[in-house]
Amino acid sequence: MKLGYYPGCTLKTKAANLEKAAMASLDHLGVEYKELSRWNCCGAVFSLTDDDLIHQVAPVRNLIRAAQEDCDTIVTICSQCYNTLARANKLVRDDEEKRDTLNRFMDEEPDYAGEVEVVHYLSLLRDQVGWEKLREAVTNPLDGLKVAPFYGCTLVRPEEVAIDGVDQEILEGFIAALGAEPATFSAARECCGSYQMIAHPEEGMNRAAKVIGAANRSEADALILSCPMCEYNLGTRQGDVVAAHDGLSRVPTYYFTQLLGVALGLDSELCRLDLNGPAAQELLVDKKFIAAATV
Amino acid sequence: MASIPSPIHPENLKAVNKIAELSGQNVHECMQCGTCSAVCPMVESMGFTTRMGIHYLQFGEIEPVIKAQIGEYCASCHTCVVRCPRGIDVPKVFEAVRQLVLRTNTDLIKPQEIPKDTMAEAPQIAFVSTFRKLTS
Repeated sequence: MKLGYYPGCTLKTKAANLEKAAMASLDHLGVEYKELSRWNCCGAVFSLTDDDLIHQVAPVRNLIRAAQEDCDTIVTICSQCYNTLARANKLVRDDEEKRDTLNRFMDEEPDYAGEVEVVHYLSLLRDQVGWEKLREAVTNPLDGLKVAPFYGCTLVRPEEVAIDGVDQEILEGFIAALGAEPATFSAARECCGSYQMIAHPEEGMNRAAKVIGAANRSEADALILSCPMCEYNLGTRQGDVVAAHDGLSRVPTYYFTQLLGVALGLDSELCRLDLNGPAAQELLVDKKFIAAATV
Repeated sequence: MASIPSPIHPENLKAVNKIAELSGQNVHECMQCGTCSAVCPMVESMGFTTRMGIHYLQFGEIEPVIKAQIGEYCASCHTCVVRCPRGIDVPKVFEAVRQLVLRTNTDLIKPQEIPKDTMAEAPQIAFVSTFRKLTS
């Protein structure tokens, strides 16, 4: 397998805390990959209208870039990028007429027929590294940390691109491999409010409040995410959400890759915990997973 | 045998066909069980439920569905797709309704009204998603 890495816009700007620890962890685990030298925005949302092929051009171009760099597989970390690229890839594979139209529209590009496989980082960890090997690589087990796994929507729906079946629980397996305890979390696969936080902030906050309320009820010490959109709604905006809704309390949020980096014993500065706010750092210091001096 | 008259007003047939063309979904397969509304995370914000939205569309009545802002509030979480016993891709149906609005050169949000602190803090994918879904 020749693995390419597609970062996407947000990981190179506001979600450095999602990317840095992830890539350092792959190096640490001995997974070889090559970051794509050229890529563009994936489009963030998959177009659901049958005649709207123009919005498939952006994700398909990225897949062409991967093929041009001889990658047979690309890994993404952002859930929205994963969903958009994987669905566009499936469309190209399954619909001959649309594939032909797209290829003719992009006549300056080599033809593409779905040769590249799109995988999410969690699938790569599970299927290529394996939970057992990951467990062995953990030098700083997150003992006593109860973690609520938040999948959100785009990692698990629609079924055709889901990274996980209903009975598999990939994030729970990941949390357990790090030595932490997965919490039973009723809102694990619910909507975080998505872009409604921008378009309709009050409704977006109400939705986020339900997820945070479920995290509180699960008695988790922390909530882990894999999507910058979810992080904005449930992390960055959490103070506003908690203030606007009775009965909620704060819960530190992390990208799953940050806890991976901490458990693998990577330099905690790499994990960019400074971007998660003080509560997230304090929890890890209190639990003695990271040294206070590095915060 | 006397034929049963279609419940759809002839003028509305065009709208029914347009939704089918854009979404690839047949709203007449819906049996009105309401499961989509029961699982919808945004249903409280809509003017009426997704079940009612589909019911209006079965009769080619698009205007009430636009007014109820179902397409605007649907964030395509696809929970209803997983649960629909009739296999209808409900977000595709309401995306089609939203597209019919956007294609009249109508924006459903005003980007210039997004607060500055939101612009500074929110991730890029939030803006791309918002503009993709809600601007023409």
